[in-house]
Amino acid sequence: MNLTEIPTDRLLAGFRGLLLEKGVVTEAALRQSDETMQAASPARGAEVVARAWTDEGFRARLLADGTRAVEEMGIFLIGAPPLGVVENDAALHHLIVCTLCSCYPRALLGYPPHWYKSAAFRARAVRDPRGLLREEWGTELPAGTRLRVVDSTADYRWMVLPRRPSGTEGWDAARLAGLIRDTDLIGVTIPTA
Amino acid sequence: MSRFAPGDAVRVRDSWPEAEGPVHIRTPHYLRGREGVVLRPLGQFPNPEDLAFGRPAPSIPLYHVRFAQDSIWPENQPGDEFLVEIYEHWLEAA
Repeated sequence: MNLTEIPTDRLLAGFRGLLLEKGVVTEAALRQSDETMQAASPARGAEVVARAWTDEGFRARLLADGTRAVEEMGIFLIGAPPLGVVENDAALHHLIVCTLCSCYPRALLGYPPHWYKSAAFRARAVRDPRGLLREEWGTELPAGTRLRVVDSTADYRWMVLPRRPSGTEGWDAARLAGLIRDTDLIGVTIPTA
Repeated sequence: MSRFAPGDAVRVRDSWPEAEGPVHIRTPHYLRGREGVVLRPLGQFPNPEDLAFGRPAPSIPLYHVRFAQDSIWPENQPGDEFLVEIYEHWLEAA
């Protein structure tokens, strides 16, 4: 039998049934994992960032342990690699790439943009990161800001906590979350008000 | 338990096991043989080099290691950095 010729829904049902039968996974774990992936989106990441911008204690907990902190918001990254969060400030800007493959905090943000997996993005993010930011996204870092390229190679999944834009004093978390795009969460762009 | 501490100078092993046969490696080419500084330990994880082949995979220490970009590509801006997860068995004291 050639497995590639079986309709994919039948193949999936068979594979799923075997995993359950052999006790590799449980129904509950599969359901939980499915719910996590259905809920994952850049909008969720934006909510996490907006909360960090408006709640100093949460910000500290998020930087210390991303996976545990987002549980406070009802986001459970069960079965996913640990979420690490790196913070941008006036002195340091982070850009996330996975030069080896396409590691991305999918359990929180959903599937990565298609270009994130391209060889061109992955190579240039380390070989010419400032040129990449300037020419592909129009992102110019303020003078005196160092660029730290985080190559996500192993067992963490990294997200950027951008700087809160000026001109947003007094905004609530929901309004702030509306400013944040998926590209801000990996540092190829910088949110503005 | 962990061999290296934050601030330790380290060198990534200049090792190319992919030339010997099928492997699964999480250490990028551009860092082999390069010197960096440990930013912090990231905990212990089952060795992906074994996991990928279904072998028993002991947990090993993982570190966040910082490298000066211009020590690898001189055209890159001085002061800019790479921050990369590297497993302990790929690191030696520099």
